[in-house]
Parts: sequence; structure tokens; C-alpha cells
Amino acid sequence: MTTLTFGKAINEGLRRALADEDRVVLMGEDIGTLGGVFRVTDGLKDEFGAKRVVDTPLSEAGIVGTAVGLAYRGYRPVVEIQFDGFVYPAFDQLVAQVAKLHYRSRGTVKMPLVIRIPFGGGIGAAEHHSESPEAYFAHTAGLRVVACSNPQDAYVMIRQAIASDDPVVFFEPKRRYHQKSEVDLDASLADQPPLGVATVVVPGTDVTLVTYGGLVQTARDAAVAAAEEGVSIEVIDLRSLAPVDYSTIEASVRRTGRLVVAHEAGEQLGLGAELAASLTERCFEYLEAAPVRVTGHDIPYPPAKLERYHLPDLDRILDGVDRALGRPNSLSGDSLSGVEA
Amino acid sequence: MTLSAPIAYSRPEPERGDGSGDPAHSTPPDAPMLTLVDEHGARLHDPDLDPWVADIGPDELADLYRDLVVVRRIDAEATALQRQGELALWPPLAGQEAAQIGSARALAASDFAFSSYREHAVAWVRGVEPADLLAVWRGSAPSGWNPYEHGMAVPQIIIGAQTLHATGYAMGLAWDGADAASIAYFGDGATSEGDVNEALVFAASFDAPVVFFCQNNQWAISEPVGLQSKRPLARRADGFGMPGVRVDGNDVLAVLAVTRQALDRARRGGGPTFIEAVTYRMGPHTTADDPTRYRGDDELAAWRRRDPLARVRALLETSGMDVASLDRDVQAAADRAAADLRHAITTLADPAPMTVFDHVYAEPNSHLERQKARYARYLAMFEDGAR
Repeated sequence: MTTLTFGKAINEGLRRALADEDRVVLMGEDIGTLGGVFRVTDGLKDEFGAKRVVDTPLSEAGIVGTAVGLAYRGYRPVVEIQFDGFVYPAFDQLVAQVAKLHYRSRGTVKMPLVIRIPFGGGIGAAEHHSESPEAYFAHTAGLRVVACSNPQDAYVMIRQAIASDDPVVFFEPKRRYHQKSEVDLDASLADQPPLGVATVVVPGTDVTLVTYGGLVQTARDAAVAAAEEGVSIEVIDLRSLAPVDYSTIEASVRRTGRLVVAHEAGEQLGLGAELAASLTERCFEYLEAAPVRVTGHDIPYPPAKLERYHLPDLDRILDGVDRALGRPNSLSGDSLSGVEA
Repeated sequence: MTLSAPIAYSRPEPERGDGSGDPAHSTPPDAPMLTLVDEHGARLHDPDLDPWVADIGPDELADLYRDLVVVRRIDAEATALQRQGELALWPPLAGQEAAQIGSARALAASDFAFSSYREHAVAWVRGVEPADLLAVWRGSAPSGWNPYEHGMAVPQIIIGAQTLHATGYAMGLAWDGADAASIAYFGDGATSEGDVNEALVFAASFDAPVVFFCQNNQWAISEPVGLQSKRPLARRADGFGMPGVRVDGNDVLAVLAVTRQALDRARRGGGPTFIEAVTYRMGPHTTADDPTRYRGDDELAAWRRRDPLARVRALLETSGMDVASLDRDVQAAADRAAADLRHAITTLADPAPMTVFDHVYAEPNSHLERQKARYARYLAMFEDGAR
């Protein structure tokens, strides 16, 4: 075991993938000489050269579109989108090209791309640097979408994503880049949970709390705080946002009878809506309360001084847990009657 | 140094069907085109281009003529099939045969083409069965062929997106040390798209062995090329850092020469080239389009005088070939191809319902498998008189 930061764990995963497979190439803005604005690719250009770690012109559509051509040629491109809010110029290439080419070519052309996107808020960043665009991609047939939450998973999941023959949109919670924990660098991929599964990170009995990315740590903290009040939260790290590992969540909800989903992205048509609907369909008779969503507001990402009023935090998650449990909570009573439509 | 005055492109008159009647309105007079066979069939000489077609004697020219005639016949048959309800839609290539045949004939087997949706003649040259091409337009398949069997990607509907794919593919060719190039086909309208401009930047920055083959057919549905550019498109290349070549796109010999030259340059590590092939879309944008709403008969008539087939035929006549005999031969081949196509398309079985789920992912996907299983159960209700 080695203690690594989250960012360094991804760096080690990329290094392993570059060493193991010579068709893997990294592409992005500032990823070579600079090592990436978050230093996730630090040192890789020196080690593998400018044809394996490619500084590209400033064009997200160009990066993803040329990666499509490289995939046609048999490469396995791993592209970095510098910030979540910068992915939109590449939207056509991602949803109309990357996602559809395997289908359109009747399986003859594989698109084993990985699109790495630092996502989410909590770092006091400028406009367009704190977004959570995952639902757009989870909605798109042909893409796999994952989000990692800790250094060990980051190290393993980036390698699994690169090994996948399907395109993977890979979300990295940027506010956790400097978080450190133990990573088993010698771990065999065969012994690790597959890319598509959710994991129970805190076992519990009273309520199932599902989240992903940067909020997993917040949810763990919430579980500790709730335990002090005698409430047992089971925290599930979703990991794969598309497809969702419903079997793991379903098993949990059948035991707890209560579901809370938390994410930084807005509520409307977010992952929480999909999870609430799907789990209601799958285990309606086991639910003792309506599923609860704890999410960012449906607003453009606010200025840094306001982001703490936007992002779900420990207290808002616990308030959601109270709603699921029927305990006194922010929506208790009829104080909001006449306000809520 | 003086800047040239802006080129005045005329706009279509507001009245229906009233065009300028002069092809020069979209072919600026100060922008000469490379030409080897003029519209009267006279062979012009160009010391730079002639060596690139030195192997094209009368027999080879007759072979090019055969391709031109056959693809025009296939195109006409496809239009007829659409009118008869056998195809959902068809984008005719009529008028652009020379641009496509000339450029595609320049490709080696190891080269790779990325096209838009109108490059039927390119697909023909790359050995694609016309029926496989039409199956897509019938709505029977998401694509018609395995790209790796023909060195040609699945056609692209999103305007310009394929230019980035061609560029990335070419970057891969260069990194692999392959003696090959890619070619990106797109139209004049596509030059306004971000993707095309980004592809030109990437190709130049990485010296990618890619040829940007722009068929300037004067019209992007109803929008004239003057709305896309105030300068001849080929001039843009210089700003991106690559040669720009303006060629008469209705001259199959000149197109063959400039494309061979550009491909050779690319394969030798010389980087990308931008070719503007000046041509004309004689038909509608697609069978759903009505070009009389935006252009006039006079314009079409003017371009008919520059028909890419006629000038090759005229040149063959002056070469002493028995063109009447050739015509019989070529027409018979064209009729056979059309009959084969009609038979293949009208007897094409509809795909099975459950194939709708095929190939969404390369690996098992739990969500889709569940959805597929549920739909199979639903469909099963209608079998064996269960309902």
C-alpha cells in the first residue's frame, strides 16, 4: 500500500495504462509539458514522449473529434477536458459521434475512448469551472459514465475505463484531488470490483444514501454524524452512472425501505430523478417513504461566495435523511403551504 | 502589397426561380481554377499537373468516363427509387461525378476516406455495393458497409464532423509510420462549421497526412456559397498553414491530378492540403428539396454546359476513340448496375425488430439488456396467437 493523493492515483493509473498498452495515447490542453492544470498527467510526457501524451490546440471538439479518428485507426485515446464547463463545445462529437459510431457501423468500429472530466464544485472557482454535466452523458445511449470518489477507485477505475471497448466519460471530483489515502498499486484488475458496479462504502440499516464523486466523502461524514443520533445510514457509492448497478441499490433499499439520493447537479431530470423512479418501480412495496433527492439548486452555478448555499453539504444530506425517516425536517409541518405549487 | 477588393457575390433574387444565370456569380473571376480539360473537351496543359496524369491515356480516360456514366445512372436510379417509395430519402450527386471519381481514383487501397452523405461515387470507387449504400437511405440499416473492408468510414450527416475524424486518423497514420493518407470530403457549407476549422488547425499543427477535399457545389441547401465565404474557399488554407488548391471540379483529369499530388505530399510527410473542387449540384439537396425556390433555370443551364461527363466524352472523340461504341458499352454497364440495384433494393428484407438493440455497446450493458429482455417479452405476446 502506498499513500497517494487522488490526483496522483489517477496519474499512476494513466502511467500503468500507457506502459501496458502502446495504443493508449493521452490528449488534452496543457497535459504534456505542464502536466495538466491539476497536474494529473504530471511527468507522463517526459516518460512516454510527445506522441503518447499530446498537448493539443485549444479545441474541445477538435480533441474529441480527432480522438474519434484515432480510435478508427485502432488507438485508445484518453482525452482530458480541462474543466467540466468546457465540455460543451465537444458535445456533438461526444453524443453524435463517439456515442453512436459503434451502433452506426454495426459493431465494426470500436470507440474505446476515455473522456476525463474534472467535475463539481467546492473549490471556489470561476464561472464554468464547477459544473456537474453528468446527466447529459448518462442520458446518451452508447456512452458509459462513471465517477470515482477515492484514490484507490480512481487508480483502478481509470485503468478499467481505458480497457473498456466502449467510450467512457470519466468524472473526477476536482475538490478531492488533494485528498490522500492508501492505494494498492499492485492490485490486479481482476480482483477489483468491475467498472459497472456500485459499492456499499458504509453499511447501515435505516436508510440507503446513494451518491457519487465528491459527495461520497460528505455522505460518509453524514453517516458518522447520524450514528451519533442513533440513525444507521447505508452509504452507496454509485461509481457507474450509466449503466446504474440497480441490483446493489435495490438490495439495500429492500432492507432499509428508505432511499436518499444526493448529487451536486440540479434536481430536474438529474440522476436522482432516474434513481428515484427506477427504484420505486423495482421495490415499491418495500419503500416506507417516498425517495428523497438532495441536490444542487436548478440554477446556473453560482459565484464562489455563494456555492456553499448551492452544494449539498452534510447538514442538507442529514435533513434529507430526516425526510426519508419521517423525522422533523425542513419541510415538516405546513409552513410552506401556499409556497409550494 | 495591396489587398484585393472584396468579391461581390450575387445573392439569389427574392423572386422564386430567378437566378443570375451566370455561374461566375459563385465562381469569382479573379480566382482561376486548375483545369486540364475545358468544357469543350480541349486538353489544356499544365506543367505542374501533367506529370500526375501522365499515365492516363485514351483507355484510362475511357475507364474514368465509364465510372462517371455509371455513377450518374446509379444516382438517377436511386432518385427514381425514392420517388417510387422504395427509399425514404436520397441526396443526389448529379453534377459532382468528376470531383468524386477523380479524387477517389487518386486514393490507394491503404488510404482512408471520411465522407459526408453525398459521396456515392467515392463509395463506388471504394468498392461499396450500391445496394449497401442505398440500404441506409431505405431505412433498413444504420450503415452499409464495414469501413475497414473499403477504407471508407460510415458517411457523416452532421456537417463537417468527419473532417476531425479524418484528421485524427491521419495523426494515427503518421504516428504509425504508415505510408498512407486520409481524405476528408465535405462541402462549401461545411467550411463555416467549427469542426472543419478545428480540423484544419489540428492537421496543420500535427502535419497530419490528410487531404481536405471540399466540393464547392455552390449551394448548401438554399444558401449560396457567398453566404459562407467572401473569398474563394481555397484561399483560407494559407491562414491555416497549408497549401490551398482551386481546381475545376467538373474536370475529372484535373481533380485526379491535384488529389494525387496532395496525397503524395501527405504520404511523404509534407502535411495536409486543402482542395477546393469547384462544381455544381445539378439536382436538389435531397429528394425532399425544391431548388426552384432558390435558384433559376438559367443558372442550371449554364452549369449544364460545363457537364463533367460531356467534356470527357468530347476529349475522347478528339483522341480518335470510337465513342459511339464506347457509349453503347458504357450505357449497357450503367443499365446493368441500375437494374441490379433496383432488384437488390426492392427485394431487401426488413431487419428483425430485436436488431434495434444491436451494437449500441461493444460490451455487455446491464441497463440495455434489461430493456431488451422486456421488449422481447412484449413482442412475444403477439406470437402464436397469444393476443
